[in-house]
Amino acid sequence: MVRVLLFGKLRDVAGWRERVCEPAPATLSALKALICQDDSDLADALAAPGVQAAVDRVLARGDAGLPEGCEVAFMPAMSGG
Amino acid sequence: MIRLTDQPFDPGAALNAFCSGRTEAGAVASFLGIARRGDGGGLELEAYPGFTQSEIEAFLRTARDRFTLQDAAVIHRIGRIAPGEAIVLVLTASAHRREAFEACDCIMDYLKSRAPLWKREHGPGGARWVEPTARDLDDAARWDQATENPA
Repeated sequence: MVRVLLFGKLRDVAGWRERVCEPAPATLSALKALICQDDSDLADALAAPGVQAAVDRVLARGDAGLPEGCEVAFMPAMSGG
Repeated sequence: MIRLTDQPFDPGAALNAFCSGRTEAGAVASFLGIARRGDGGGLELEAYPGFTQSEIEAFLRTARDRFTLQDAAVIHRIGRIAPGEAIVLVLTASAHRREAFEACDCIMDYLKSRAPLWKREHGPGGARWVEPTARDLDDAARWDQATENPA
């Protein structure tokens, strides 16, 4: 099981904020493929510059492995202040 | 110290509290960001609870080392923010002014384009997510160059 969270614009594009994927995909790229399989808009939004992913609240570099029960967050370009 | 709050805060009270009891700091610099009226009904800021605080806290630790600060603090609003309300307050304390000014600038540049916060503007045509501008990205990159090529 993997809990997936979307933030900012990604949530609006996908039309959901949180989803559980069961069984857990083995990698971040497999998870992306799974949540984008019927949603090309989300695929485009995830491929945009500045999009980052965190696994269990640690920023992922490249294609990370996903431990069972982890939380994955996809985050668009950041803009605070 | 990083505090995220969904309630309006008093920047003057926060500055006084930050300065209270400091006998070694010759300089405290502050930056206050305020929501502009712009076209519409204000702003909305989203955070990733837990992650946003720990990322900003980690950045403040590196800023404390880099600028030899005695302390640094950020208060950042999340949720809906009305025009005229404070969005963000950055406070830095150091022995001398230059380090406090530069650290305040650096921390603010980080918050604009690299901290896990997402900003949405509410206008007459609906809501629109704000992306960092080219200027915001350049501003943040100034500090990378300074690290890689010390003068």
